[in-house]
Amino acid sequence: MRRIWRDKAALLAALVLAALLVACAAAPLYARLVSGTDPFRSNITGTIMLDGHATQVLQPSPGGLQLGVTPIGPSWHAQYLLGADGLGRDLAARLLYGGRTSLLIAGAATLCCLALATLLGIVAGYFGGIVDAILARLLDLLWAFPVFLLAISLSIVLISGGLQLGPLHIEADSLALPVSVIAVIFIPYVARPIRGQVITLQRSEFVLAAIGIGAPSWRILARDIMPHVATTLAVFAPLVMALNLLTESALSFLSIGVQPPAASWGTIIQDGQELLYTRPLVALAPGLAIVLVVVALNTLGDAFRDALDPQARLRGRG
Amino acid sequence: MAGAILRRLAQALFVMIGISIVVFLIFFATPGADPAARIAGRNASPQTLEQVRHEFGFDRPLPVQYALMMRRLFVTQDLTSFVNRGQRVVPTVMAAAPVTLSLVVGAAVIWVLGGIALGVAAALTRGTIIDRTLMALGMVGIAAPAFWVAEMMNLLTQSRLHDTWLFRWVPPLGYTKLSVDPGGWALHLVIPWCTLAILYIGLYGRVLRNSLIEAYREPYIRTARAKGLSETRILLRHALRTALVGFVSLFGLDFGALVGGGAVLTEVIFGLPGVGKLTVDALQNLDLPFIMATVMYAAIFVVLANAAVDILYAVLDPRVRHAE
Repeated sequence: MRRIWRDKAALLAALVLAALLVACAAAPLYARLVSGTDPFRSNITGTIMLDGHATQVLQPSPGGLQLGVTPIGPSWHAQYLLGADGLGRDLAARLLYGGRTSLLIAGAATLCCLALATLLGIVAGYFGGIVDAILARLLDLLWAFPVFLLAISLSIVLISGGLQLGPLHIEADSLALPVSVIAVIFIPYVARPIRGQVITLQRSEFVLAAIGIGAPSWRILARDIMPHVATTLAVFAPLVMALNLLTESALSFLSIGVQPPAASWGTIIQDGQELLYTRPLVALAPGLAIVLVVVALNTLGDAFRDALDPQARLRGRG
Repeated sequence: MAGAILRRLAQALFVMIGISIVVFLIFFATPGADPAARIAGRNASPQTLEQVRHEFGFDRPLPVQYALMMRRLFVTQDLTSFVNRGQRVVPTVMAAAPVTLSLVVGAAVIWVLGGIALGVAAALTRGTIIDRTLMALGMVGIAAPAFWVAEMMNLLTQSRLHDTWLFRWVPPLGYTKLSVDPGGWALHLVIPWCTLAILYIGLYGRVLRNSLIEAYREPYIRTARAKGLSETRILLRHALRTALVGFVSLFGLDFGALVGGGAVLTEVIFGLPGVGKLTVDALQNLDLPFIMATVMYAAIFVVLANAAVDILYAVLDPRVRHAE
């Protein structure tokens, strides 16, 4: 762990992530205390005071036909700091709320994905036999499936009817849907390496010794195998979360992820598509936020890998 | 050799059957809502629902439903959309496939050349500020969502910088067939090609840099130096050749994945009427038969592409060939 703190890039990445997390978590505070608008209610006829003039939030387009409206651009004041979107909602406040949703989905999906993948990988790797044969085939199959198509298929089916699993019912507009879809599609990417690692560990001398002194299975799993698997998970976690964030934004952009009125960075980019040539900031800002978070997560992932696997560090530095 | 190829093809067939079952189960057996209602789309009339139930055999057991579905997808190819009534799904997808291929093949050429250039440049200047800048740029390329890059490209080339000398040549969004007007085809696709390539240039550049640096540690490079070969020759004939082996297998996977749905959003934003655009239009209408068909065909393409790469790999690399 100490080696990670010495890595300046990783430290910077961690700080950036922490700052963004705090900012997004404080979204309701920002909306109530600073911008003073409800970022989920459209404000089509509203006006704000700028330099002593009342200015319409949605101005008629300057074009000849007077069709459509142009939302107000960045005011650089507390209200509409970064301007409004097509429905007159405060962009800055929506960015924070959107970030909250995006990071929440990506984080929750990462936890679910790693937990399920660890379970599958350990069960398959440790118990072997027919269980392993079936699980390994299943993972291979999911692995061969184009990941984005799998996400699209699962999302569209679930969006069009929700999910009913026994007593568990998930509504079609619940955030749990994108979380479960994204968690499922990346399971093979984590479960396969873990299965391989468990199989290798089982042949190692310290596990053989533990079996030799008659240690029970659960004890070998908890004391000898889990610590090694946990290291692998630490390397995977930031990388998987980066993938999850990108997938969430793509699904939400296709309107099969986060459902309105909720916002995520993906849905805000979609909102900005119609305003691309008049108010590009609406699409630009959430994209930049995604790039920033993904770069930070990948930097952290690299740092974890370097810290835990000195060989990789040697390779990378040259 | 022939045995290995046959075995790989058999494995591909097994995976294809597996994937078709997974797709079938996702679309027909996900618990939650009546599959007939899902297939028929929004606000379907009771008659339509009844027709869907009958056509897809929802009153019969799952294996029969699966067989019926496969027949309609691959044998009779008469699966029709219930949103755009009477539109045959499979021929529509086939007609759109060349557009997607045009997009992905062009992008692949750019990203392979760009990735090699980036990787080699960074490996040659390793440890310096140039190397670090290039790798940082590569990381940003990897981190940017492709559909967002596509929008920003449109913003620059269609609006903000369109009237400057830099992007005056960029035609309005759309597509021209290669057979009709090769020049227009290329002009329409240049920006989409570059957009799609950005992510992969970053990825491949980083991977290639690391494998080049690893190759430079190998004894055969020292031998080559001792023989007095020039640095350029050592790089191109010795180090790059080994480093490219990993590059090739990565390429097979990514190329397949892009044709099989990875380029969906790029197509939509650049207004290219390919399979991805069809898929997204179907998504907006909740037109499930359509999505099922595109997913099935794309998945099969990906599996075949991967099998082809593996076979090619065995042909190219003697170590794999003799590993039997």
